[in-house]
Amino acid sequence: MTSHFLPKPSPDASLPDEKGRFGEFGGRFVPETLIAALDQLETEYYQSQKDPAFQAELDVLLRDFVGRPSPLYFAKRLTEHCGGAQIWFKREDLNHTGAHKINSTLGQALLTIRMGKKRVIAETGAGQHGVATATACAHFGIPCVIYMGEEDIRRQQPNVQSMKMLGAEICPVTTGSRTLRDAVNQAMRDWMSSVADTHYILGSVVGPHPFPLIVRDYQAVIGRETIQQSQERFGRLPDAVVACVGGGSNAAGMFYPFVAETDVPLVGVEAGGESDQPGRHASSLTFGKPGVLHGSFSYVLQDEDGQTDDVHSASAGLDYPGVGPEHSHWKSTGRVEYRSCRDDEALAAFDLVARNEGILPALETSHAIAKGMEVAKERGKDEVVVICLSGRGDKDAGEIQRLKNEAAARQT
Amino acid sequence: MSAIDKLFQRLKSEGKKAFMPFVTAGDPSLDFTAAILKRLDAEGCHLAELGIPYSDPIADGPVIQDSYTRSLQGGTKLSGIFAMASEVTSEITMPVVTMVSYAIIYRMGIDEYLQQAIAAGISGAIVPDMPVDESDELAAKCKALDFSLIQLITPTTPRDRAVQIAEQTTGFIYYVSITGITGERTELPADLADNLKWLKSVTDLPICVGFGISKLEHVEVLKPVADGLIVGSAIVRRIAAATNDPSKNQDVMDDVGGFAQGMLSAIND
Repeated sequence: MTSHFLPKPSPDASLPDEKGRFGEFGGRFVPETLIAALDQLETEYYQSQKDPAFQAELDVLLRDFVGRPSPLYFAKRLTEHCGGAQIWFKREDLNHTGAHKINSTLGQALLTIRMGKKRVIAETGAGQHGVATATACAHFGIPCVIYMGEEDIRRQQPNVQSMKMLGAEICPVTTGSRTLRDAVNQAMRDWMSSVADTHYILGSVVGPHPFPLIVRDYQAVIGRETIQQSQERFGRLPDAVVACVGGGSNAAGMFYPFVAETDVPLVGVEAGGESDQPGRHASSLTFGKPGVLHGSFSYVLQDEDGQTDDVHSASAGLDYPGVGPEHSHWKSTGRVEYRSCRDDEALAAFDLVARNEGILPALETSHAIAKGMEVAKERGKDEVVVICLSGRGDKDAGEIQRLKNEAAARQT
Repeated sequence: MSAIDKLFQRLKSEGKKAFMPFVTAGDPSLDFTAAILKRLDAEGCHLAELGIPYSDPIADGPVIQDSYTRSLQGGTKLSGIFAMASEVTSEITMPVVTMVSYAIIYRMGIDEYLQQAIAAGISGAIVPDMPVDESDELAAKCKALDFSLIQLITPTTPRDRAVQIAEQTTGFIYYVSITGITGERTELPADLADNLKWLKSVTDLPICVGFGISKLEHVEVLKPVADGLIVGSAIVRRIAAATNDPSKNQDVMDDVGGFAQGMLSAIND
């Protein structure tokens, strides 16, 4: 292959800086109690990156336990349906546990052991991160507690059952909107007391430094494989890459290796919910402003007093009023274009992919597919659009049926 | 010299310690907050911490979280809090500081927040989610305005870092007694007194202790090693019984006033 596939030097690729900032975004806005643990995590993480034994152990796990590399799959009938560029799926749904989340939880579980910590806590929205954390902890024999909002426990029951079977303790969160944001608050409060012997396996590229860095780096395997597979299949890079963004971990992992490849347009897709009205969507980058939430400075949906807005999305994994600081940086530099996708567009994309491709994508992923089809339609037949198929949708079957029944009831 | 510096100078010359109650602004109403601040001042409390309700407080336990939720659901806004403070601070002796998330300060803008707080007679701020590494800009602006920026040191803070935090702090040091969130505790850590003695040996600032403190026994342990005690949840829990009907709140006022009186006598007897 020719040399233009090699990453070009880019200031973006060296971020975050030593204060955990991606441009102006990121940093650490957490209570002093947690700072020593974040310092320890940062030090151990950087050391582990230079430790061949650590990397070898993670690589073997990713190959033999997760099933990596995940395939790059040509969605032929969906491509014909759209009539534009070729649509290819990066199949993170075929990973063990059915989503990209396991890429990060295995790495973080290894870090937990490296730091000598004896217990793991995590938050989860859709339950995919909870299942991936429970799986990694079962694999290594680490006790684990998962915080999950009551509303998410209701709409993601299959994942709740899986976590329990894997031996995790589920702590229902009953404060606030009883969704992902409240689960993060509760996990942080647990960590305030348990920080000496507990690692918090944060699920997304959010929170205080070094979490946005660590989670992105572990997820960057998605983008690296996509680049390699594109070279093998097409002899070049894709013409556009699309991924959904809640906190933004699958998108950060997919985009990061492409950041220096400035010829490749990157499109992040946020949850547009039901409408543009405050409280009825979860599009932090589209409608939010820079501010502070959950330990970092990033785009956030807030009122004029700095109180976090309620948000809405049909998908529990995107139902979050903030976003990772690196996405805020990519928005401000224009490197990534962010679009917003409504609940009903995502549900329609789910149906289309189920019936035309024989794949049930997660509701979160369905947002990326809906806008990925839009991107494909804007492009010629010789072009290639890769969509990150971040997770499988079996978990959503019940909720999708409920939403359809609700919609049908409104029609009559 | 700020109002807080003057307070601790006076207490030192009298050989006394500070008792510092925390109340949540707007729980259950700003009228009640105004009344309870006046009552606490009349009881002889030395400084009040006014909690600015925030939607996502990660350092707070259920008692203070719930008070924030009640206040926000009651429609409390920052503008209303400053208006209330403005009225109350002109009538009371004790200085008032805000306990406020950086999310709120940033949204208003640092300059605007400081200007409005100072205009409302507020003497300082505690920003629990802004560690010293992020505080340069705010600390410099507070210093220029003689507005105290009270920073926190915790049991997990390494000693070299504790010295650095003390150097960036004005007013007093807020020492967090426990590794955890706010809320009443039966026992305080065994090494608390030793840690405070060490901290006292490296700074001239007054050191006040908060988190978990609620009992007279705690006062006995801390009196010899701290310059002041901060009590939040034990007061906020009592205020939770208050209602929006002012005629029915006398019992709550007396309960809180009586508790403050007990702590004050224990501290300075």
